[in-house]
Amino acid sequence: MEPWQLEYAPILIFFAIAGGVAVAALGASWLAGRQKPDSEKGAPYECGFDPFGDTRSKFDVRFYLVSILFIIFDLEVAFLFPWAVTLGKIGLFGFWSMIVFLAVLTVGFIYEWRKGALEWE
Amino acid sequence: MFAAVLVASGVMVISSRNPVHSVLFLILAFFNAAGLFLLLGAEFLAMSLVIVYVGAVAVLFLFVVMMLDINTAELKDGILQYLPTGAVIGILLLVELVALFGSWGFAPDVEAIIQSQTPPIAQATNTEALGMLIYTKYVFLFQASGLILLVAMVGSILLTLRRREGVRHQKIADQVARTTETVKLHKVQTGRGI
Repeated sequence: MEPWQLEYAPILIFFAIAGGVAVAALGASWLAGRQKPDSEKGAPYECGFDPFGDTRSKFDVRFYLVSILFIIFDLEVAFLFPWAVTLGKIGLFGFWSMIVFLAVLTVGFIYEWRKGALEWE
Repeated sequence: MFAAVLVASGVMVISSRNPVHSVLFLILAFFNAAGLFLLLGAEFLAMSLVIVYVGAVAVLFLFVVMMLDINTAELKDGILQYLPTGAVIGILLLVELVALFGSWGFAPDVEAIIQSQTPPIAQATNTEALGMLIYTKYVFLFQASGLILLVAMVGSILLTLRRREGVRHQKIADQVARTTETVKLHKVQTGRGI
């Protein structure tokens, strides 16, 4: 065990507590509650009438567009972190390489803004 | 432990009947891979795996699964039709893997690269070590990744953006440009209409 790995001990404790709470909540309700399932109780409930359609309805394709744009900017930010940490050491060249990277992505950003991809109709 | 759960959840991804469950097991697999990275000392990679893959890619997969509206009964009907093609592709991939493992070798300077590039954790943190390399030594790969992101952005917009007819947009400039001439103000007295 190296010293830096010990810094993750709180996260491990957190996971243990979270798992314990989850198991306790589910287990307690399973033990304490009366289990009498039947087909009507297990059926999907829709305010008193029979469900109209399947639960799996088709999503609009625009959700996909939003999430893929989110991934792209997420990655951009992920690239920014090591750059920000080492900015003092990598010099002007490192600085400008990131600026070029950002400029390339800004082209895409302007494109999607002008196209109206960010608007929700 | 991480590796065992990783492999188990990988098996569950391809074997579970409900595609949503598959995606959830995929998320579990991502978490375990992040744990493996953490044990290897690649903290930055572990964290970005959690953020990018669990936070974004898994959500994307969920959307795709929801969008496809998969019916398991219909899938079973077509399985015999697609089985030969799938089997051929699978066997080809297996042959490639076997061939790759048969001729597994390291480049002659790989030892030197491993020795030289990452400073020990005591001197520089993981993120710092990455940052020292990405933006200077591997600058072309870095810019190429930026271009790939650009292509992904433009491509997804081109493929999925549809203009809808008959949608009323809010035109903020028009709203701000309104003057009192187009609006008539009434002082309404209590108990009377206009």
